[in-house]
Amino acid sequence: MMNLDAIYTLWLREMKRFIRSRSRIIGSLAFPLFILVIIGTGLNTVLTFGRLSYNQFLAPGLIGMVLLFSSISFGIMIIWDRQFGFLKEILVAPVSRTSIIIGKTLGGVTTTMLQALLFLVVCFMMGIPFPGFLKLMLLFLVMILIATGFVLVGIAFSCRMKDFHGFSLIMNFVIMPVFFLSGAFFPLERLPGWMKWLVYSDPLTYGIDALRFCLVNTSTFPIEFNLMVLTIFGAGATAVGTFLFRTAQL
Amino acid sequence: MSTMDTAVIQLCDLKKYFKEVRAVDGVSFAIAQGEIFGLLGPNGAGKTTILNLLCTLLKPTAGTATICHYDIRKNKDEVRKSIGIVFQDPSLDDQLTALENLDFHGRLYHIPKVVRREKIEELLTLVELRDKKHVLVKNFSGGMKRRLEIARGLLHQPQVLFLDEPTLGLDPQTRRHIWEYIKKLNHDTTVTIILTTHYMEEADELCHRIAIIDRGKIAAIDTPAQLKKQIGGEVISLKTDDEFLPEYPWIKSINTHDGHLNLTVEEADQKLSLLMRIAQEKGISIDSVTIHKPTLEDVFLHFTGKTMREEETSWADEVRIRRRSS
Repeated sequence: MMNLDAIYTLWLREMKRFIRSRSRIIGSLAFPLFILVIIGTGLNTVLTFGRLSYNQFLAPGLIGMVLLFSSISFGIMIIWDRQFGFLKEILVAPVSRTSIIIGKTLGGVTTTMLQALLFLVVCFMMGIPFPGFLKLMLLFLVMILIATGFVLVGIAFSCRMKDFHGFSLIMNFVIMPVFFLSGAFFPLERLPGWMKWLVYSDPLTYGIDALRFCLVNTSTFPIEFNLMVLTIFGAGATAVGTFLFRTAQL
Repeated sequence: MSTMDTAVIQLCDLKKYFKEVRAVDGVSFAIAQGEIFGLLGPNGAGKTTILNLLCTLLKPTAGTATICHYDIRKNKDEVRKSIGIVFQDPSLDDQLTALENLDFHGRLYHIPKVVRREKIEELLTLVELRDKKHVLVKNFSGGMKRRLEIARGLLHQPQVLFLDEPTLGLDPQTRRHIWEYIKKLNHDTTVTIILTTHYMEEADELCHRIAIIDRGKIAAIDTPAQLKKQIGGEVISLKTDDEFLPEYPWIKSINTHDGHLNLTVEEADQKLSLLMRIAQEKGISIDSVTIHKPTLEDVFLHFTGKTMREEETSWADEVRIRRRSS
């Protein structure tokens, strides 16, 4: 079933494409950067969260944003491959669909991570304290879990979409709500009941909570709980994404 | 089909239904090694579906087929290793260079590095793209892309090469060029080629045998020469606005199309004067007359009641042509 050569080949292709799309990368980082620099600085003047400035509170949420946006859009990019026929070239090769989805996912996780790490560097330059080695390793783990889950969510969507017209729908009704409900901008403690439920059912909430734990040392939930939720989310997304991709006709 | 012990491809009552639509409705034929075999038919006749079934992209509803004795249902991986495909729509990654596209393919098909490199050079030379190998595919013309795809389809040395509308949307000069490659390929190697096409002259020029597909079924299957002979005689084509359907035993077949009346007869030059006299007696005015040997176009019209021309540029093809030339 597993074909390491093929997985590497698919991954390598994504790397080459990523390196050649520099303008897109810069574009995707501009939006969170504006939020951090402009909104962050603006609200910094009036808001603090305990010992944290608003900027410090916001930065992990924006790393979550970069992870969310680039991973889901990567997954959905399979529609490009389908529209431009390249997916057929892959599907008729003597390679199992499982290997294809692993290669794709690894490619997506790597490119997402590269963008998020780039943004992380920006955050450090903006005055987010550099965590210790263990926390940094934990941070990477959390980032990878988030990226993996959402790449597969994107792939799952791409299997059910005929063309690109659905993309703005997903942007407005999936990516945006997931982002806004994740507690990237606000603390979770004193939310009204209806919103609490929505926020708590958003997997990114636990991702951003874990990112806060790693970067600025505060969190609503214990880190073990966050990791567990993220792992379950990742496993669930993998199961659904793989199933849909394997059963998809073209 | 007893002569087909050496068959590379064998279809047995292959069927594919999409809900109510019988895209492929019980197709059987066999193709021998080294043959160039053409599937000819209007849009929606089922040509591409047959190809997608054979290259394991679709599952048959019923029946099966074998390629190099591997069953397309049971031995997908072996089938996939035995075939190369040039799809109707371009399927290159245009953000990669020509070389990278070929390398990607070679890796997916497990071709060892040394062989891969050698083979890629050889094929790039064959399709005259060697000096363009480091150019991003998005900068290629339609013809160059096609040539690169043909090279890619051959990279893993398949026994069977599928070409789905290989020259759709290409200019006549490039089309001739691609034909030359296909012929050369068939001459130099033992590869069996199956191509689908709209273009009569393409089928006539390239194919050893042709199957005319209409509404998911085979309407006729033979060599181009035999198919034309089946019609026999010559075709008299009359242009008239009047209702005129002569019925005489010496008219072997008759069909009307787009204001033209096509009659298949023996000794057309003699029959023509007879025909003109009949028309005159009935007071029918004839605008123009041509006599020609039956072409594949006539064969096609005979078996399907349609000409290829009217099918030639559907909306989907328009899009394809535009995309390919961009």
